[in-house]
Amino acid sequence: MSDYVIQQVINGLSLGSLYALVAIGFSLIYGVVRLVNFAHGDLMMIGSFITLGLVASGYTPWVVVPLVVMFGGFLAGGMIERVAFRSIRGAPMITGFIVTLSVSVALQNLGLMVLGPQPRNFSFPALFRERISLGTADIAIIDLTIPAAAIVLALVLTLFIRRTRLGIAMRAVSENMLAARLMGISLDRIVFLAFGLGGALAAIAGLFWGGKFGQIDPLMGLVPGLKAFVATIIGGVGSVGGALLGGYVLGFAEIAFVGFLPPEYSGYRDAFVFALLILILLVRPQGLLGRDEEERA
Amino acid sequence: MLEVKDIHLQRGRTPVLRGLDLAVGAGEVAALIGANGAGKTSTLMALSGLLPVASGSATLAGPDGPIDITRSDPAALVAAGLIHCPEGRQVFAQLSVEENLRLGAYLNRDAARIAELRDRAFDLFPILAERRHLPAGGLSGGEQMMLAVARALMAEPRVLLLDEPSLGLAPQVTETIFDTLRDLNRQQGMTLLVVEQNAMLALEIAHRGFVMQDGRIVHSGSGAELLGDAALLEAYLGVSA
Repeated sequence: MSDYVIQQVINGLSLGSLYALVAIGFSLIYGVVRLVNFAHGDLMMIGSFITLGLVASGYTPWVVVPLVVMFGGFLAGGMIERVAFRSIRGAPMITGFIVTLSVSVALQNLGLMVLGPQPRNFSFPALFRERISLGTADIAIIDLTIPAAAIVLALVLTLFIRRTRLGIAMRAVSENMLAARLMGISLDRIVFLAFGLGGALAAIAGLFWGGKFGQIDPLMGLVPGLKAFVATIIGGVGSVGGALLGGYVLGFAEIAFVGFLPPEYSGYRDAFVFALLILILLVRPQGLLGRDEEERA
Repeated sequence: MLEVKDIHLQRGRTPVLRGLDLAVGAGEVAALIGANGAGKTSTLMALSGLLPVASGSATLAGPDGPIDITRSDPAALVAAGLIHCPEGRQVFAQLSVEENLRLGAYLNRDAARIAELRDRAFDLFPILAERRHLPAGGLSGGEQMMLAVARALMAEPRVLLLDEPSLGLAPQVTETIFDTLRDLNRQQGMTLLVVEQNAMLALEIAHRGFVMQDGRIVHSGSGAELLGDAALLEAYLGVSA
């Protein structure tokens, strides 16, 4: 393989991991409350600005910052649910749609008001910006860090969902809310948890997004959020594995469009991404790993 | 143990319960029978806190005094030992048999006790032990019913509400389930309130029977009395005894 190909593969892995981290949250939230949360991408923005705030405060031990960012994302995700979505639980899907869209616009504008519209430079941690040689290819350290972190987080989350009492309860709520309540499971707590976990993953993706691209702004969550949503649909809603797969398919496809097509096409990368979504859904309406609704019943 | 007075309840705009009175003593088996649409399932859903009641009172005798059911959420009632085994079994199809049982004891934090309860459930229904790692959705209807009952028992109920335990089951399985229920009552003194389409079946194990029509109790008596009243059974249930 040429160095160029290796670099593009690592790029695809890194971008795909970011989409996957956000997509997992989409999937988790949808699974539990059947809500397509368009405000989910904005938690990336919140995560990246929490990072920026920590860096500005001068307190930046590199192990602590990601943990604080994830905790902040957890609280932000949970609080958004508590304030905006709890009262519409069980409402028709279209209501949820509109409310999440409104929350997204509100968060973005709040960001514009408080933080200002101009992009900020983001260079945390400095180590991320450095490059290493892999064979003869030249790789940014952050592009290796992101996939490693994404895989570890996905594994931890999977173990949590598979093995723990709360994880099993979360799957139960996702399948049958009424029966779950009869077990004594508090819906409010489980839904808060789903939004919180999704928020934590999106927030850490925000940290990495800033680290990878070097700039953040209050509207940064919009497009990656939409693409992560596309990744969720491509992979099949409802499983961590599906969200991961969707994220990587999308990441690789995007890098392939940009990296291997003539440069004059690279401005149309998003068009390619959404065309891919349409194509996959034409062939597999339930997504790559999604199950048929009949099978679920 | 369970006392219901003049409960009214609406679903949407339709009144479903119109002045329901019901009393089940500690250690009793009560059968709630009646035609389709009489409000039996709504009654159980009100008693487990799933449906809010418009007026009336419902209390559960608790270890520290009576508990007002109309102001409690389902989790609080489960914690107080009132367990509802819902209509249509409602096992978690994608979860394994063992995970279903684990959720039955969701509010219990004592791992040793949970393991003990699970082993007891496996003794009661050995087929569940064989299928413990399978998703519950792969079980037969009868096995799912056993799982639903076993899952309810994991919560160590003081009062168990059962909705149509015989629905869609082979007679042999129904018999197993009802034998189990009878034993639970006799050996552990568990209080049962059973809703059944199959009135004869329910009345046979019941100390007390309630006949329901249009959202209220129109007749009550001992199980044997109701069983012997052919005219009553025919009039309200369309059963010719």
